[in-house]
Amino acid sequence: MTKAQRYFGKLSRYYLWFTACFGAFLFALAVLEKEGMSRVWIGYLFMFATIVLYATIGVISRTSNVTEYYVAGRRVPALFNGMATAADWISAASFISLAGGLYLHGFDGLAYIMGWTGGYCLVALLIAPYLRKSAQFTIPDFLAARYGGGAGGRGGPVRAMAVGATIIVSFTYVVAQIYAVGLIASRFTGVDFSVGIFLGLASILVCSFLGGMRAITWTQVAQYIIILVAFLIPAMWLSVKLADNPVPQIAYGAVMPKLAARETQLLHDPSEIDVRQRFRQRADAFTARLAALPASWDAGRREAQRQLDAVRMRNGSLSELRVAERALIAYPKTPLDAARLWREQRDANLLRAAVPEAHATPFPGPDRAASDIRRNNFLALVLCLMLGTAALPHILMRSYTTPSVRASRQSVFWTLFFILLIYLTIPALAVLAKYDIYTHLVGSYYSALPNWISYWANVDKINPLISIVDINGDGIVQLAEIAIDGDVLVLATPEIGGLPYVISGLVAAGGLAAALSTADGLLLAISNALSHDVYYKMVDPQASTQKRVTISKLLLLAVAFIAAYAASQKPADILSVVGAAFSLAASLLFPALALGVFWKRANHIGAMAGMLTGFLVCVFYMLHTNPILGGNAAAQWFHIAPISAGVFGVPAGMLALVVASLLTRAPDPATQGLLAHLRAPE
Amino acid sequence: MPEPIDTPADRRARLLAARASHWRTTRRVTASLLTLWLATTFGAVWFARDLQNLSLWGWPLSFYMAAQGASLVYLAVIGAYAWVMRRADQRYATALDGAA
Repeated sequence: MTKAQRYFGKLSRYYLWFTACFGAFLFALAVLEKEGMSRVWIGYLFMFATIVLYATIGVISRTSNVTEYYVAGRRVPALFNGMATAADWISAASFISLAGGLYLHGFDGLAYIMGWTGGYCLVALLIAPYLRKSAQFTIPDFLAARYGGGAGGRGGPVRAMAVGATIIVSFTYVVAQIYAVGLIASRFTGVDFSVGIFLGLASILVCSFLGGMRAITWTQVAQYIIILVAFLIPAMWLSVKLADNPVPQIAYGAVMPKLAARETQLLHDPSEIDVRQRFRQRADAFTARLAALPASWDAGRREAQRQLDAVRMRNGSLSELRVAERALIAYPKTPLDAARLWREQRDANLLRAAVPEAHATPFPGPDRAASDIRRNNFLALVLCLMLGTAALPHILMRSYTTPSVRASRQSVFWTLFFILLIYLTIPALAVLAKYDIYTHLVGSYYSALPNWISYWANVDKINPLISIVDINGDGIVQLAEIAIDGDVLVLATPEIGGLPYVISGLVAAGGLAAALSTADGLLLAISNALSHDVYYKMVDPQASTQKRVTISKLLLLAVAFIAAYAASQKPADILSVVGAAFSLAASLLFPALALGVFWKRANHIGAMAGMLTGFLVCVFYMLHTNPILGGNAAAQWFHIAPISAGVFGVPAGMLALVVASLLTRAPDPATQGLLAHLRAPE
Repeated sequence: MPEPIDTPADRRARLLAARASHWRTTRRVTASLLTLWLATTFGAVWFARDLQNLSLWGWPLSFYMAAQGASLVYLAVIGAYAWVMRRADQRYATALDGAA
């Protein structure tokens, strides 16, 4: 006990030192900025310093011991394990996109807050303590031990399916994280997107390659501290500025009534209504052209050609000529292309013509039925995110790293505690930023736009993060004239609040830490499943421990490069299904994990039937109803959106597990003995 | 009357009884906390429109519940579970020690 306490004290001292040094580093950069250091160099320094830091921790914690490599020696104290899991959990999406999502979607966005925190109840109550008691190495390991079956009762088939599930879920997720690394690096330092990806990859690899779980645990604790500081400083500043209270989680309560009043005011503002009307007219024009296809396509092309000829005839200036040429080149090549393009443009205009919804109103809709559909979707999404959280391999495998079952229960508590330090701030940040934009930006003059708008509008030329165009030509910013991408909110908060650029660099470092820490955990989950479950347990059970660790490191390298390559291709299809990873994880793994502990009669046939059915139902529903994947939104069951396919997949998987188990033989005495061991206290 | 002798079979029976009792506790605790978890989730979403006119220190109650309240309840659920289960583990240990 005293040994554990000494260890805990030593770790606490290290991380306090680290935090102090980090503070000194920030202070030094702030001084340098005052002395005239350029933005680009601050960006470089942050990128470089944090990546070197993670690599250093990786080098210090290098190991080739199997237990250290796979489960960090099972001696990470609960508090630090909670911190590391929180960093593992807080992905680029949580850090950068979630506040923006709340800004854009109001009450609907809160489904993510509820779902991503409530899932930890399921982890704590149903899964984590039993995983720790089993003292295995991976999730497929646990399922194979619990269910048995296959040749010699070693659970080969169950293990293979669980490995497949782990890879499907983790790979889509890790591609999205590496993509985010590239995006952040390129936005803040101006390096090329793919260079950014490989820079990030290098730091991930040094860290996890050398030290496996042990190294990423200690890196993740450091990353959590950076994430927390980077998220809280701008939010607190904004909170002081707008509400005279440095605790944003509490302060935004006072801002909400003011925001609601401002929203009502803008709703009835004549120039707002005018701008929205103009967008509707544009949409109507596209509707008319769509209705007149293919004649309208022909007419449009001839018109574009005539414009070009006219410019040539009157010897127009070079720039005029170029504009006319470009218009002709960009014109859709076939009526089919035209239909697609115009439909997109019509929808985009309709979206901007829509009346903005009040931030705090739950499920607004034209009538009760439409509102009910939104409520049901909200609930379905919350449940899917919760069940998915309780089935994500890279989160669950962290329960193996604690010293005891008791510590694993405490660790989940600390995980949620540290997650909530960020997640309770996100709704506050969204409200504060929204109030600031609604009162300070809206109604200001185009001649005096703040600097951050032009900066962030030019960062990404293809998908501008923010664009403001004077639609009605009155020289004043209307709310309807602002098109904002959710991501810009967190990235620009320091500048919205009037903080020095150092804090913007800090936010970038925080986003990078969030993406890297999650990517670390995911890559390790994948490579452990491949090396431990496939290679050691299925291919070569006689492999020496040295060989196992070496194989694992090589696989990690391979998986990392494949993921980086996939991310550098900017795969639109993978990125659009990342949200669906939670539904998939829930449908694939949750029934087998939860029923495996709480239902004695569940056997390996049932587990396989459950995984397969859950997966098929989930994928079928997504393909069937998601227009991006070739489905049709009209085919939805109970009007549930495809992202929540898990609400059908999980019950189907559970039902299949129960039915198939009851139809086949009860588990053998060895399995029952193991289950009794899992349930027994230490 | 013969002295009660602590045979291995007796010890095993006591161990099994203590385990069974511990598992009953676990199941009861898990079920009640899961009910609380589900009720919070469901209640905060299902009745959101009915609660939106109630206000809690400036927040509309439904917004507060979804943004922060529910998450804090979840944290309390996990904290309570860790605490109750630690007590149950201690009771189990004393039940075994006391009998040995």
